[in-house]
Amino acid sequence: MDRVISFPHLGNYYIVFDYFLRKATRCKVIVPPNTTKKTIELGSKYSPDFVCVPFKYNMGNYIEALENGANTLIQAGGGCRYGYYGELEEKILKDLGYDFEFYNMITDNHISLRKGYNFCKKMNKSINPFLCFYYLINCLVMIFCIDKIEKFIRLNMGFEIHNGDFEKLESEYFNSFGNNGIIKNIFNYFKYKKKFKKIEINKSDKPLRVAILGELYSLIDSNTTYNTERKLMKMGVEVHRVTDLTYLLITKRFKLGMMIKRGKKYIKYHLGADASGSVVKSYLSALRGFDGILHLKSFGCTPEISAMSIMPKITEEYGIPILYMSFDAEDNEVGVDTRLEAFYDMINMKKKTT
Amino acid sequence: MKRKIRIGIPRALLYYRDYILWKTFFEGIGCTLILSPKTNKEIIDNGKMLSVDESCLPSKIYLGHIKALLGKCDYILVPRISNYGRGNRVCMKFNGIYDVVNNIFTNKILNYDIDYLKGKIELFGFIKMGFKINKNIFKIIFYYIVGKVKQKKYILSLVNKQNKIFRSNKTKVLIVSHPYVIYDEYLCGNIIKYFKSEDIDILYSDRLNRKISIAYANDFSNTLYFLYSKENIGSAFYYKDGVDGIVFLSSFPCGPDSLVNELAIRKLDGIPIINITIDESTATGGLMTRLESFVDIMKARRDNG
Repeated sequence: MDRVISFPHLGNYYIVFDYFLRKATRCKVIVPPNTTKKTIELGSKYSPDFVCVPFKYNMGNYIEALENGANTLIQAGGGCRYGYYGELEEKILKDLGYDFEFYNMITDNHISLRKGYNFCKKMNKSINPFLCFYYLINCLVMIFCIDKIEKFIRLNMGFEIHNGDFEKLESEYFNSFGNNGIIKNIFNYFKYKKKFKKIEINKSDKPLRVAILGELYSLIDSNTTYNTERKLMKMGVEVHRVTDLTYLLITKRFKLGMMIKRGKKYIKYHLGADASGSVVKSYLSALRGFDGILHLKSFGCTPEISAMSIMPKITEEYGIPILYMSFDAEDNEVGVDTRLEAFYDMINMKKKTT
Repeated sequence: MKRKIRIGIPRALLYYRDYILWKTFFEGIGCTLILSPKTNKEIIDNGKMLSVDESCLPSKIYLGHIKALLGKCDYILVPRISNYGRGNRVCMKFNGIYDVVNNIFTNKILNYDIDYLKGKIELFGFIKMGFKINKNIFKIIFYYIVGKVKQKKYILSLVNKQNKIFRSNKTKVLIVSHPYVIYDEYLCGNIIKYFKSEDIDILYSDRLNRKISIAYANDFSNTLYFLYSKENIGSAFYYKDGVDGIVFLSSFPCGPDSLVNELAIRKLDGIPIINITIDESTATGGLMTRLESFVDIMKARRDNG
């Protein structure tokens, strides 16, 4: 039996996972079809009632991948209850009658590198730790480059003169990865950065600045939030977002203690997952004079609910507008748009009057 | 005479787990305890007003209980728990509850922090907390140990009582639920009353030796890392051959339970199972119908051997 590996989506990072799996396991890898309304419908049909939304999306991705011919599935999310998804997903899919192998990379709530290596070894006998390490480093480089480019896009996309310039170049950049090695990737990054900088923009000195905070999955995978972030950008807003995969994998480890110290007026302990980050970042963006905060999360996210109980106090003290959005399987896009437009009008007016 | 320090304890969440320890400890070092009243409609309404809509029901009730304590005591006890070591984490709610309470209320809070991965074991937490009240460190350690022993004895007596029930020949049902849901009379009183009126013995999931239930839970799932869920779910696998039915009782929208209970229900077979979710609505008609048919199934199964 030929192995066909698949994995759930996470925003644009499917490029990275695809590359790593293809290289390290030498098996065929299927990227599941893009996350759409159909995915979530499929997923929520077979999921428990009040599980959080990423589970439903993952289920939908798995089912679509299985129907496209995948027979080996991977789960590697960690954090709050995300770490416990794998086992239940496997059981539900098995009960549905699919025939596949499931590999869970989680031990005690965190990704275990050893489990990942064992998995690669099982798929591909000829791999050695050095090669695996090389691929891993290349993946980190890719993630780093993607995040840097995305950050630039977030800051400037709202002010482009020719509509669609950024998106065109962005998709060109994502297609350029292929099987490049580390050096080519770094070279490419600088090349495209220059190109991005050449795009004509018309940015005033003091644009509207909005900080986007919240739960990681909703922030990274914009498909699950009806591209809320993009819509806000296109209204002509400079969007600041710290949470991305670089933050999750690397920066968070060093910054967390520091962040909690800086926000000690409001929190004393780590609240779990990204919640303490949300609280502290909302405090800091209030200090830095942002025009508004947009808080995105998926329904039922326990840590963010703790954060949401604290954040009103901050926003009240500093008089900074905040919009909470909670995304579930049964949201409609129009409602989201309306709220977003109202939010934009509000911060715009507030900016003009002061 | 110096007035004793009054410490308020909300009758919710960890109260049902650690009350004996707290009582012995605080009375030992010279405080009086003030308990909030039993959960009632007013407390739930207050809690709902204070918390975010999507919060889970027990945490809403918790905030309601704290509101009921305001002004009646000098300190309110709000422990913060992160983990009991590797693979023994607790629900994220307990990580954040201290900061939530601290930001919503202005009352003085007494707290201890348990985070074994960072070396903050329970004893250190109690010493640090006790030091705010009593400067005698030997007294603090002594009463912590006494409290632990008393708590163990109390749990042992409950376990023995439950074992007696388990060996009896009557119809038995196991209720798998967090202690703060099942022992709250306002939430689950009618369910327990109904089972008692049908002459069915009830086994509780937390009245089992914790080590045994954790061992069974590790058998059931090798990636489970929620300690409180482990203690619950292990009992279901320990008792499954001896009881006539299992009730999975969770509150809306409990994070760990939504995954763990679903998996357990899918793995347990050959035994009647009912999955009940409790929310703040008080209408019980639908629930009673479900329970009646569940009891009928149990009895029919028992009669047919």
